[in-house]
Amino acid sequence: MPVEPGTEPAPPAPPAVRPAARRKAADPWVVRWGLVGATLLIVGGLVVVPLVAVFTHAVGKGVGTYWENLTNSPDTRHAVFLTFVVAPVAVGLNVVFGVAAAWVIARFRFPGRTVLTSLIDLPFSVSPVVAGLVFVLIFGLQAPFGEWLRANGYQVIFAPPGMVLATAFVTFPFVARELIPVMEAVGPEEELAARSLGASGWDLFWRITLPNIKWGLLYGVILCNARAMGEFGAVYVVSGRIGGQTDTIPLQVQKLFDTPGPHGTPAAFALASVLTLLALVTLIAKVLIEPKLREKPAGGPPAGG
Amino acid sequence: MWVKLIFAAAGLYVIAAGAWILSAGVVHDRSGVELLNVACDPTRELWRDVNAAFVRDYEQKHAVKLTIRQSHGGSGSQARAVVDGLDGDVITLALWTDTDAVRKAGLMDGGWEEKFPNRSLPYVSTIVFVVRKGNPKTVHDWTDLSRPDVTVITPNPKTSGNGKWSFVALWGSVVWRGGTEDQAREYVRGVYGRTPVLDAAARGATMTFAQKGFGDVHLTWENEAQLEVQEAAGGLEIVYPRRPGDARPLSVLAEPHVAVVDKNVDRKGTRAAAEAYVNYLYTEPAQELIARNFHRPTNEKVFARHRDLFPDVDFRLATSLVPSGKWDDVQKKFFAEGGVFDQLYTSRKK
Repeated sequence: MPVEPGTEPAPPAPPAVRPAARRKAADPWVVRWGLVGATLLIVGGLVVVPLVAVFTHAVGKGVGTYWENLTNSPDTRHAVFLTFVVAPVAVGLNVVFGVAAAWVIARFRFPGRTVLTSLIDLPFSVSPVVAGLVFVLIFGLQAPFGEWLRANGYQVIFAPPGMVLATAFVTFPFVARELIPVMEAVGPEEELAARSLGASGWDLFWRITLPNIKWGLLYGVILCNARAMGEFGAVYVVSGRIGGQTDTIPLQVQKLFDTPGPHGTPAAFALASVLTLLALVTLIAKVLIEPKLREKPAGGPPAGG
Repeated sequence: MWVKLIFAAAGLYVIAAGAWILSAGVVHDRSGVELLNVACDPTRELWRDVNAAFVRDYEQKHAVKLTIRQSHGGSGSQARAVVDGLDGDVITLALWTDTDAVRKAGLMDGGWEEKFPNRSLPYVSTIVFVVRKGNPKTVHDWTDLSRPDVTVITPNPKTSGNGKWSFVALWGSVVWRGGTEDQAREYVRGVYGRTPVLDAAARGATMTFAQKGFGDVHLTWENEAQLEVQEAAGGLEIVYPRRPGDARPLSVLAEPHVAVVDKNVDRKGTRAAAEAYVNYLYTEPAQELIARNFHRPTNEKVFARHRDLFPDVDFRLATSLVPSGKWDDVQKKFFAEGGVFDQLYTSRKK
């Protein structure tokens, strides 16, 4: 799935069509069709073929077997359950952090602001495995904090809380990155006006800020959720991979794939098809929301970057 | 209106999920009802069978419904996870140093090796070759692996028990037959120099060889090899490495110890169940399952019954490769930072 963290809402298309028309006339058809062909070939080979392969492998032995593969193993059922719990909580955390971070960065100028902006991007550049290891180092039994938690009967890593933390860390930039440009584009004027009319901070957020950023936020949430559900590396490290307890869908897919026999690879593809379906739903939601991102909420001036 | 309802429902869902996550971190008292076996990679089928049998047996004797959970991975990484707090009651890792690493971290008492029969070895195994159908590269012995046209698949000795045993067997195949250390070094460097991938754990290497079709020889556990050959339905064959003229094949005696993690079982109150579990492994029904999963059972009677599954091998010990005869020195010499494996693997690219 293509992910463009820093994408700003595209400015409205310029009314002039002449540059495009001129280019059309200038480029020889060989170049045009060559490029189109190459793109189609790449998209076909890298996206469509694997996508089709997942589904054909998944239902290759009939829909009945497909359903059995998905529902018969308690470990697989638990993995689905866990993914549907871990991912939303990680996204929820990131909505809170993301809105707060975007607000701070878009509305205030303070020393260290650029550093903070770069720090938000850090999870994109850190390998998920390293992210997982960091949590093991903090919450592991070898660390004083982890030992203290354990002594008090609480376990973070090798248990769901650690998996949420690792997932939230890896997917942190999605919401914040999506919101910063939106908030900067909207500008503080409406908020200042509301403030001057006596709105409380709470009212200000719910009635002015949130309606202004809602599409950007939703867009960020969708991307974040897609990434959270598919997260493998960081979760692999912090989960301990206990079957039926700390395996999420991606981990269970890998485990099934490593299992020889009729309950192995076909079941892996069946479960993988669930993840793929979720990705397709994400894609559709994304396409539906994108036009909303480009328009300014009713009444306001057109958004310019 | 609808939108608000949907968002309220989503919000409630996230809050409920969050509450569940928070509560999932609380360590519950599951004494007597749940055990976690932290195991090395290629024993998934073995433990699936043995666990089911033990749960039945335990339920009959104690009228308690027991659940046994499994975690699988490279032996070294699994040891590390237990040290970092993975709450295993029982560890069934691939080699002595990995088990002992858990003791060194203070989670197990000394002398763990003597707590269960036969030096805590309910079964042993060895390292064999898997080749493609008809043995197209005519690989029969360790020496064939040094040919430039033969590529070997085996996991990374840094993380995998299979990888370590393979390395030890390769090295030993030279030294045990009277070769010098320099010859061993040259031989092993050649083999790893032609290895296209080093997977992190045994099962990954099996998939690389059997499913993805990389390499000519898969150097793996005997049990993994049997399973792989069975699964390939005629596409693969096992070779027990034997020099022409020798009576028996030669390989390493792989000893995957089992142990109870004292600190974990004492905290969780699962000691009785964990010890019953390990002791069960030595009973005849369990030994039978072990043999059927192609591990060599240490119960003589059961082993004799399955003689045809397990060819006679001239077994050598990994600890014979160091003067002290201690596993710690094997580890230090071959696999520690800057040890023989590191030296050979970094120099192989030349």
